[in-house]
Amino acid sequence: MFNRLHPQGPLPEPRQPLVITGTAKSVDLPGTMISEKTVHTLHPKQHIMIRLLKYVLLDILKNRMMVFYTLFLLAVSFGLFTMSGDPVKGLASLLNIVLMVTPLLSIIFATIYFYNSYEFIELLSSQPIRRNTILFSQYFGLCISLLLSLLLGVGIPVLIFAPLKQGLILLAAAGGLTMSFVSLALLSALLTRDKARGIGLSILLWFYFTILYDALMLMVMFAFIDYPMESTTMLMLSLNPIDLARVVVLLQLDISALMGYTGAMMQDILGKSWGVMAATGIMILWIVLPLAIAVRKFKRRDL
Amino acid sequence: MPIKKLLILFLALSPLCSFAGVLRCGNGTDIRSLQSGIHQVPAGDTLLIAPGTYKQGNLFIRKSLTLLAEGKVVLDGEMKDEIITVFSPHVRIKGFTIINSGNLSTKDLAGIKVLATRDVFIENNTLYKCTFGIYLSNTRNCYIRHNKISGDALADQSIGNGIHVWKADSAIIENNESTGQRDGIYFEFVTNSQIRNNQSHHNFRYGLHFMFSHSNTYTSNEFRENGAGVAVMYSHHVKMHNNVFDHNWGPSSYGILLKDITDSEVLDNRFENNSAGIYMEGSNRIKMERNDFLNNGWALRIQASCTDNVVSHNNFSGNTFDVSTNGETQLNSFNHNYWDKYEGYDLNKDGKGDIPYRPVSLFSMIVEQLPPGLLLLRSFMVYLLDKAEKIIPSLTPTNLMDEQPAMKFIPHPSGVSAFSTLDRIKNNLTINT
Repeated sequence: MFNRLHPQGPLPEPRQPLVITGTAKSVDLPGTMISEKTVHTLHPKQHIMIRLLKYVLLDILKNRMMVFYTLFLLAVSFGLFTMSGDPVKGLASLLNIVLMVTPLLSIIFATIYFYNSYEFIELLSSQPIRRNTILFSQYFGLCISLLLSLLLGVGIPVLIFAPLKQGLILLAAAGGLTMSFVSLALLSALLTRDKARGIGLSILLWFYFTILYDALMLMVMFAFIDYPMESTTMLMLSLNPIDLARVVVLLQLDISALMGYTGAMMQDILGKSWGVMAATGIMILWIVLPLAIAVRKFKRRDL
Repeated sequence: MPIKKLLILFLALSPLCSFAGVLRCGNGTDIRSLQSGIHQVPAGDTLLIAPGTYKQGNLFIRKSLTLLAEGKVVLDGEMKDEIITVFSPHVRIKGFTIINSGNLSTKDLAGIKVLATRDVFIENNTLYKCTFGIYLSNTRNCYIRHNKISGDALADQSIGNGIHVWKADSAIIENNESTGQRDGIYFEFVTNSQIRNNQSHHNFRYGLHFMFSHSNTYTSNEFRENGAGVAVMYSHHVKMHNNVFDHNWGPSSYGILLKDITDSEVLDNRFENNSAGIYMEGSNRIKMERNDFLNNGWALRIQASCTDNVVSHNNFSGNTFDVSTNGETQLNSFNHNYWDKYEGYDLNKDGKGDIPYRPVSLFSMIVEQLPPGLLLLRSFMVYLLDKAEKIIPSLTPTNLMDEQPAMKFIPHPSGVSAFSTLDRIKNNLTINT
């Protein structure tokens, strides 16, 4: 897959003609869009957005990597559920995999895909299409396809083996992680023009959020061991989307009781509806903020 | 003619044994007042109480008799007073429904209270909303069986214990069910007693609370979903066999809390879904064998103040932490246990692993010092830390290890059937909602 997407390698055959004719058609006649009988009440620019999205989505769904990702998730989920026997235990093991694999694959795949569609994006930019539209079509195309994989690979086994509240929350957390890491991917791809550096930055971000951040947190906690750290810990947790997702799911898996006072406090907050809303809000911030910065960068960029 | 003589003897004696006097009192009889019934019945006879509901305050029993309920007899204390108080030996109380004892902060009011006597037999009673259920104080040879005691601990936190035994010898507590009280069963200064086949669940504090009570045995009891599990403290020669400790799940809840227990046995028990299966502090020379520790937060928390305990032939499966401790030296031994996290091999196929297993993970040491650190549970970083520590142990106690862990789950003939998965899920769900 990486070969196919590599700039030196042969370009995927069906994409170029398909996209060019498609966009050219819709872009050439922006004024006539409304009069076309296939279009109903959509704003012409929205229409372009949806068409672009469709092409991006089709292109990604044809990618072999997505098939591998889906199959991998399916195999792992089925394996864990059948091996553990107990659905709640299965969910707990699945959590480990999802927390590691979903962000990693989302950020790397999205970064590589963005770099590889760079020529296409340049081409689109030469047309009278808003840059917002171009970037959002890329973003949502990536998100929808990755979420689809997640839904197939994890959602189906969860629905079969553990159709519980905990399972749904795990899925929601994984979905949130996917979306925020695609945002981070676009951001890192737009921070540097060099593909290798961009991918490196993505991997670094993943490494930071998965390992470094927790290690730093542990250091801080040890440094202030004599002080009440509960609220600070919670604040620190919300500054990392992976930790946030992990703790939200862990509390659902009944592990809160293990955590003594801290767990009781977390459960107290996240058990209430405003707590859940706050956690969701922070997750949405983790999706929106990097994307907003990426959009700003993309708009101001001299392509 | 020894047979003939025996027959005559039997015929002569039989009226004495089988036709002890029965006096009937209560609703529809000449004696309406139960207390005067007790007053009129000759010592050693049976007082049969007619069906109905009685609101007659506190009944005092000051002679040996059998107090028997005919059908459904409800003794209602109207939230004012104690209901039955026994002062004399050889009393038997059977088949009553006893409700609504009073609640005073100056006096422990109970459904049935037995004071400074012996050989009292309490069976088949149902006690509901009594501050204390059955209360024995300074007794010998009392037998309490097949009683059902339920309180309303969540509504009223000043509630007492289900079966409260204070300063007693040779008591037998058997087949009772205690729920919704403060402590399901409470023992203090009790010796040579047995607690068998009881169910103690959904109590506000402990399922079983046990202090300064030596040489007691408790077998085949079930302690489920109690506020803080079971606490056994300051006692020696306690035997705990075949009990089930299930779902004692909460921030400070234990399957059993063993505090300053010595020379005791914990055999063939099952600890499942507890925050901590066993928490030990200052406990020495305890034999812990053939127990199943399943799906607990911590299976075993041994504080460094425990020495010479032997942990062998147990199963540890599905626990978040197998063993945790707070010190670097360890003076307890672990042999031939099954650990589901063991990754060793068995080249000679003798069922014992060839490399030792260290059940204390680095993360559990971190959490012991830094409780909020548990929020990092299942973080990838923690996984890496634990792996690194397993390869080169430096911070975890080096001598705390199982030299020859069992390769397979050890089947125990304890006969305690495991809860089905479905039950467990239901429990989880009810806990969450």
